[in-house]
Amino acid sequence: MAGTFLDSTELVLNMGPQHPSTHGVLRVIVKLDGERVLGTESVIGYLHRGVEKIAENRTYTMFAPYVDRMDYVAAISNGLGYCLAVEKLLNAEATPRAQAVRVILTELNRIASHLLWLGTHALDIGAITPLFYCMREREYALNIFEKYCGARLTTHAFRIGGLQYETYEGFEKDTNDFCDMMLPKIDEYEELLTGNRIWRERMIGVGILNTEDCKAYGVTGPMLRAAGCAWDIRKALPYSGYEKYEFDIPTGQNGDTYDRYMVRMQEMRQSVRIVRQAVADIPAGPIMAKVPKVLKPPVGEAYVSIEAPKGELGYYIVSDGSTQPYRCRVRPPSFVNLQSLDKMARGSLVADLVAIIGTIDIVLGEVDR
Amino acid sequence: MRKLLRTIFLVDLVQGLMVTFRTQNPKNIVTEQYPAQRPKIAERYRGAPRLNINPENGQTLCIACDLCALACPENLIVVGWERNPETKRKDLINFTYDTSRCMFCGLCEDACPVDALELTQDFELASYSREGAIFDRQILEEGIKPTKYKF
Repeated sequence: MAGTFLDSTELVLNMGPQHPSTHGVLRVIVKLDGERVLGTESVIGYLHRGVEKIAENRTYTMFAPYVDRMDYVAAISNGLGYCLAVEKLLNAEATPRAQAVRVILTELNRIASHLLWLGTHALDIGAITPLFYCMREREYALNIFEKYCGARLTTHAFRIGGLQYETYEGFEKDTNDFCDMMLPKIDEYEELLTGNRIWRERMIGVGILNTEDCKAYGVTGPMLRAAGCAWDIRKALPYSGYEKYEFDIPTGQNGDTYDRYMVRMQEMRQSVRIVRQAVADIPAGPIMAKVPKVLKPPVGEAYVSIEAPKGELGYYIVSDGSTQPYRCRVRPPSFVNLQSLDKMARGSLVADLVAIIGTIDIVLGEVDR
Repeated sequence: MRKLLRTIFLVDLVQGLMVTFRTQNPKNIVTEQYPAQRPKIAERYRGAPRLNINPENGQTLCIACDLCALACPENLIVVGWERNPETKRKDLINFTYDTSRCMFCGLCEDACPVDALELTQDFELASYSREGAIFDRQILEEGIKPTKYKF
């Protein structure tokens, strides 16, 4: 294989697991021909904690804090998915008030998650400024979580059957203020990025994934919508009262990195819209449905999927009639979406690979579980 | 033609820079000068645990019912108690709370029937040793005392 200096021999390189642009501990083995990527292979598992196994040794109530630690950027969505799955097993439903508060917090969490994605993604591509702005606005959302449930990141906000905490005084005002503040800020990010020539050059036509490929890989969430398929579980299989709220599903056409960016920006605006509708009409009533103190769901299984910020988040729980789940399987959106990395990165440049990893919006805590 | 002029005069980049300069106004600073300036902690914040004592007689509120230990997902609470032969009640002997394993989920707080165990707004939990992270009854009742620095 010894070649002269000018020979373009293939080179295998490790990108990560401590590469700053892999968003955690993802290791990508890249086969290169010069600057061009011939193929990639993702190595995962550096953050594996065995969450699914932990579920088998905890009661249903005890396991709820652990799901927050999978997708820690969108912990509230995780909690919602888990609670809905157990409620389905129990044949219980959260009260209308609990559902409305759940929707508000989940949508705020979606905005917070997308903000973090935008900041880090822009940082990967070379725009440092948006990161500071995104973190600044995310702080306001986290403050609402802190005031509501006492934690900022791994919130443990919801309990099976409803909510543990009543909304605090000034919750509606804080959320409305956040919405009023957020829309101009999203415009500001767009002013910074959307028209910027470097941003456009780095994104348009990079990492194209069309609808067929998305479906073949099981890719969901903003990546699927950017490819032109208007699939959103909030609309398709409404849960937690989402059918009551009016919102659009933003879609793209080309399925490239730029479209995914645009879809996520639009999604933040739609989330603001949902939050506004939900805050305007929080029904009065109890926050906790009538569920027993010791949860013993009947023998059976339940699968519930929700639209997490990153895609379809599913919880499959098998009950054997005891207080502990027999099996808890999580269908994490990041894990499934990560598969498409090789398809998107093949033939692109190394610098584009960084942009593509960023655009998948992976959280390694969720990929490895 | 218009597009060409926009490209030559760097309109897109100037637009972005306008946002940057607008934000540089000192009244827009949001950074907290943390150790010097204390952060505002929400009332419901789940931080360092505390074992409440009755302010009237200085007795502990804990009835040693062990519900917090049963509710804890990480099994990090150990309640030591002894049956009092006179009153036939459980007397609290010791209470250990291992904060190094705690994830501050608040399930113990929810389980407590007498509001004895509470997660407080104290958040400075760092310790120089692993043993320092294990709180015994005394620390839990008196509260953590982080080192205060002057600026």
